Amino acid sequence: MINMKINNLDVNAEEGWSILETAKFYGLEIPTLCYNEGLSQFGGCRLCLVEIGEGPGSKLVSSCTYPAEEGLFVRTDTHRVFEARRMMIELMLSVAPGSKVIQDLASKFGVKQMRFTVRNEECILCGLCVRMCAEQMDGHAIGFQNRGHKKKISTPFDMRSEECRLCGGCMYICPACQLRCQGPDADTAICNGCLTLDPSCLDTYDELQCWMYTAGRCGTCVQEKPEKSNSEDNEKTME
Amino acid sequence: MKEIKKINSIEELKSTIKDQTLFRQAEQKAVLFVSAGTCGQARGSLKVIEALEKEITAQNLKEKVLVKVTGCHGFCEAEPNIIIQPHNIFYQHVEPKHAKDIISETILNNTVIDALLYTDPISKDSIPKEADIGFYKKQKRIVMGDNALIDPTDILDYMSVNGYSSLSKILDEKTPEAVIETMQKSGLRGRGGAGFPTGKKWAFSRQAKGNPKYIICNADEGDPGAYMDRSLMEGNPHRVLEGMIIGAYAIGAEEGYIYIRDEYPLALQNITKALESAEQMGLLGKNILGTDFNLQLHISKGAGAFVCGEETALIASIEGKIGEPRQRPPYPAVRGLWKRPTNINNVETWATVPVIFANGADWFSNIGTDGSKGTKIFSLVGKINNTGLVEVPMGITLREVIYDIGGGIPEGKEFKAVQTGGPSGGCLPKEHLDLPIDYDSLFQAGSIMGSGGMIVMDENTCMVDVAKYFLNFLRDESCGKCLSCREGTQRMWEIVSSITEGSGKDSDLDLLGQLANAVKDASMCALGQTAANPVLSTIRYFKDEYLAHIRDNKCPAAVCKDLIQYSIISENCTGCLACIKPCPQVAIKGELKQIHILDQNKCIKCGACFEVCNFNAINVE
Repeated sequence: MINMKINNLDVNAEEGWSILETAKFYGLEIPTLCYNEGLSQFGGCRLCLVEIGEGPGSKLVSSCTYPAEEGLFVRTDTHRVFEARRMMIELMLSVAPGSKVIQDLASKFGVKQMRFTVRNEECILCGLCVRMCAEQMDGHAIGFQNRGHKKKISTPFDMRSEECRLCGGCMYICPACQLRCQGPDADTAICNGCLTLDPSCLDTYDELQCWMYTAGRCGTCVQEKPEKSNSEDNEKTME
Repeated sequence: MKEIKKINSIEELKSTIKDQTLFRQAEQKAVLFVSAGTCGQARGSLKVIEALEKEITAQNLKEKVLVKVTGCHGFCEAEPNIIIQPHNIFYQHVEPKHAKDIISETILNNTVIDALLYTDPISKDSIPKEADIGFYKKQKRIVMGDNALIDPTDILDYMSVNGYSSLSKILDEKTPEAVIETMQKSGLRGRGGAGFPTGKKWAFSRQAKGNPKYIICNADEGDPGAYMDRSLMEGNPHRVLEGMIIGAYAIGAEEGYIYIRDEYPLALQNITKALESAEQMGLLGKNILGTDFNLQLHISKGAGAFVCGEETALIASIEGKIGEPRQRPPYPAVRGLWKRPTNINNVETWATVPVIFANGADWFSNIGTDGSKGTKIFSLVGKINNTGLVEVPMGITLREVIYDIGGGIPEGKEFKAVQTGGPSGGCLPKEHLDLPIDYDSLFQAGSIMGSGGMIVMDENTCMVDVAKYFLNFLRDESCGKCLSCREGTQRMWEIVSSITEGSGKDSDLDLLGQLANAVKDASMCALGQTAANPVLSTIRYFKDEYLAHIRDNKCPAAVCKDLIQYSIISENCTGCLACIKPCPQVAIKGELKQIHILDQNKCIKCGACFEVCNFNAINVE
């Protein structure tokens, strides 16, 4: 059993769990996109970023790939995490603005501007279809090609694959090409039609982000560098 | 070629080394050491060797003169160069036509050919000895020095400079634990970029549970303008192998890989040859030198992806998968190649290992600074007089490297910046010239040591253009797995490109800063985490240049084509016709002794007229 802290809560993780799995077990929400319980972890979309460590040595890691470690100090909703996550969503939007999944993420995380040239490619290379095809359908019909900005998903040599059984698993799991955004401004790069949808917690109070701001704290969020007596009080209240 | 016999015991190896060193000392012939690394060959050293050998045969001097084909001597600017022993003369820019003079004048008559000597750019003195040349004076060539002395294809020649003596000493006297202790004491840090203490890395691999264990030599040198690893593998491959054998013994590995890029044909050839000779000699294989230590090394060729220099991507590539980094931890020391404990070190690190054991950990740790021990090889390139590979003790200042060793900036131009650490490094301005070169100081200044690339830029370099160049490299070479790195470098490149094209906005700088920080924070591997450095460091030190592009639509260094205009200054134009012919667009019209006219609509801003004009009559702004 691994003992660690997520958002200042003492948690126990099984050997082999990732930070994300541990957080999910305790009901702590971390947004994901390229993660799927039935598939191997990938760590490509960088949405599930969390901050590990304290002080100047702290860093951001993708919680779906980072293993739970003894004594790890994890924060899931710091400003640094939010800044990076918002930028990731903005980058995704610029590539696939038609995707409802991504527009919803933008709404949820308050991404209100899109400052890059829109490309309308619709594929954000999250690799879900590749893993779905290989791991669940045992098809291995599609894969990644090239690297860097030329990277794409396709069949070998871009030809009709003999391995493909037209099962449609790739389309089923795709977060970008299936659900279209039906918001009031679906044609613009940024819709924000669902802005009030399920906001998450911050480690410091932020009226834009915390929907319980006026009512007080929900209990999971933590203020930066809590004083000892305070955190003891918190634990008592939570009990 | 001397015959290679199998050596069966440590004693036998020791006596072979002793015989070979005595053999070298007793050498009666005059020896011409011709540098024939990739750079030397490119400058024609193979033809020089051919001419020299022809001349020796013609004059019937085979008994008296020996031509030794060595690897790179480091001084690329002077290639092809020859060191003549025992006369101790250094000739540069040798051409086949000089062969006759070298043999008849220098070797037979003992006279020095002045025309072939190195001339100091400042004092204009001719310098006959290698050691007196400014380029070599401040260097401390403990790892690279033997490159100039030995034939890299001959294992016995390496033994004649005490090669493999560290190995014989270790197998004879030291336990693996003692080897690791010495490494930790020496303070050697990884030369591949991150600077992780090598002894510690070895200790982790030794302690890790799992069998078999592997060692890997990372020879996937990909930084533009960096070639120290290539030079070591070309010029002294056995030193790299000796380091690896010692490492494998210390860690308890019985198998290893050399991951080398296929774009290094000569290095690949020499290291393959070295591997074969070492196997024939019994320094690799089963029961090495009669002990129960076994080691098998393989060569794995990379296809030139920059990201495969990252250790987890490199492992994936050896395993035959896509060269994409994966999450660390688990670190390769715990779970590496084929999911077994693996120790990866860079070529230069492996090559430093035998040097440490030959001279002792204390000797090594006395060189350098508190946090960075020993020497580091830098490839000094760009706008610099003495281009080449320089090996300097850690803690030397940038100024010493650039001005004392590098001989300053050509054509009396002013120094603007130095880019260290390859594409992931940063650009340091004039104010940082007195910065000591070590892992920590460079990091604090916003750059990194990296693998040791050092690109010098002069006043004619546009820093926005430099950032664009590196971003273009990175957007191609990112593996593309992380959204932050793939899209981030692409978008940063788009923004910087628009700035160089004159369509930048004030808000772009802000956006660049935010994006750069997000890329740095959110990416998984070191490539992404440092990909923002070229942008962040140029914005930090050269913000006014960005602003000049954005606000005034001007490129101060006159590099960005969309922001400059060539025109003819009528007062200076003598009507010499010189600029008319080179213009590929036929944009310049004029007659003899008439002021020429440049048609702006046709001009493609190639700068050909500027290059040829002798009267400063072409204006760029």
